[in-house]
Amino acid sequence: MSAVSPAASETVGMSYLETRRRKLAVVYLPLACFLFVLLFPFYWMGATSIKPNGELLSREGNPFWVHSPTLDHFRKLLFETAYTDWLWNTVIVSVVATVISLAFAVFAAYAIERLRFRGSRQVGMSIFLAYLVPPSILFIPLATVVFNLGLFDTRLALILTYPTFLIPFCTWLLMGYFRSIPYELEECALIDGATRWQILTKIILPLSVPGLISAGIFAFTLSWNEFIYALTFVSSSEVKTVPVGVVTELVEGDVYHWGSLMAGALLGSLPVAFVYSFFVEHYVSGMTGSIKE
Amino acid sequence: MLEKLQNSRNALGIVFMMPAAVLLLLFLTYPLGLGAWLGFTDAKIGRGGEWVGLDNYIFLWNDSVMRLALFNTLFYTTVASVLKFFLGLWLALLLNRNLRFKSFFRAVILLPYIVPTALSAIAFWWLYDAQFSVISWVLTRMGLIHGYIDFLGDPWNARFSVIAANVWRGVPFVAITLLAGLQTISPSFYEASAIDGATPWQQFRHVTLPLLTPIIAVVMTFSVLFTFTDFQLIYVITRGGPLNATHLMATLSFQRAIPGGALGEGAAISIAMVPFLLAAILVSYFGLQRRAWQQGGNDA
Repeated sequence: MSAVSPAASETVGMSYLETRRRKLAVVYLPLACFLFVLLFPFYWMGATSIKPNGELLSREGNPFWVHSPTLDHFRKLLFETAYTDWLWNTVIVSVVATVISLAFAVFAAYAIERLRFRGSRQVGMSIFLAYLVPPSILFIPLATVVFNLGLFDTRLALILTYPTFLIPFCTWLLMGYFRSIPYELEECALIDGATRWQILTKIILPLSVPGLISAGIFAFTLSWNEFIYALTFVSSSEVKTVPVGVVTELVEGDVYHWGSLMAGALLGSLPVAFVYSFFVEHYVSGMTGSIKE
Repeated sequence: MLEKLQNSRNALGIVFMMPAAVLLLLFLTYPLGLGAWLGFTDAKIGRGGEWVGLDNYIFLWNDSVMRLALFNTLFYTTVASVLKFFLGLWLALLLNRNLRFKSFFRAVILLPYIVPTALSAIAFWWLYDAQFSVISWVLTRMGLIHGYIDFLGDPWNARFSVIAANVWRGVPFVAITLLAGLQTISPSFYEASAIDGATPWQQFRHVTLPLLTPIIAVVMTFSVLFTFTDFQLIYVITRGGPLNATHLMATLSFQRAIPGGALGEGAAISIAMVPFLLAAILVSYFGLQRRAWQQGGNDA
């Protein structure tokens, strides 16, 4: 075994044969660099949000360390701005849009994947194409639709428009999931006289809980991230979402309150990071599964 | 009997599709058509438009800012996508090794992708601050530069700064997806090629790359589509400045249509993105077709 060729040591299954030092140089060192670059902005957000202004705007001393941490920026953010309103709006909009999209997507995916009605292939294809329509092409005409429906500057405008990107995504993800459930289960139930509704609620849905969870967190994070619709369809501060509120309301004027800005960015990121951390495995498998379709 | 089942299936299918279909038709298909129509009108905010034919497109074709935005968009998309591909592939190959804390790495690496882009863009904005950038601080302490870098004040600096932010956000997605592709490759291929004396590079070139091509095509199509239509990063970090040097077509379309009020012109700019997006989709679609054909059609 010690005479193994360098070629073999490169392969996945046999990489434990590599020498320690070599592995350190070609694997762990680059990996550490990646990790540092990918995570540093978060550290910097956190550090900035607890730095007093004096430290923040000084080029002296070590900027990587916070000498006298303060929660002043958070206090300002929570009590002197509409930040809590934005948080609440984002929660409402994300949760409601996710629930609606998930419900609609379950029916759509079941119909396309299992009922195989006439034209279901074409419908499935157009759902996929709908996913590829970018919001930055859609927002101008959608703004006029929202305005004509009298929904401008309401949460409902966001709740109804977010499903345009959530439904295609969830449907696509769930189609893949439903496909993995053996068809025989359904056939047996049909023979026993079950209705489609019973099959869907008593067989398919319980079996696809992991798929529903990953579709749900995806939809939730996508809604939480959404920016251009929320920027365009809403204008009053009390209806804004966190990303838009922080960007448009906290950076007015010439003096930037970096501490509060970073505190706002950090607080606004926590809910998604939190949800994500609980369901990482679902998220990762959902992401990789949906792309392989 | 069979026909009845068939009938009910079709009817049921339509009923099940109804909620999603109505919502998508009203808020996606209809606006898409409306957008195409708006592009041919002189609609302003608060005033319906008159049909003006190709006037918007002719005006935009001669508009130097629009041309700059088109150049910026192509430059941004090309450079960012290429970087995301190579860095993402590298990271995926690293993560595919036999590592300790593998799932921890996988989870942590996705964070830039999860966190709202507008919020992480603010962090980059602060990192690029002309006076207090910590990047400049480190570089001056290391003696590599003498004055602080004006990241967002100079056109080319600004372009590369926003590209760096975009790459930072996009690499995790590419890496994790390619990692999933790598894990579907059976180790027996590597064992067989190792026995035949293949070098690591040959293994990568003749085993990994061909088997990974379909997933690379899909990931890169998505990556190109999202980069080409990017809005948030630019809007937050530079608002298209300095001197329109970082305006992308999406941000220009927003600027002309919403604060500028020229809905027709904005719509025309966004419609002008469509041919590029279709081209990106077709390239990867036919790229995949060709591959499937080469392999006897089994590799869909």
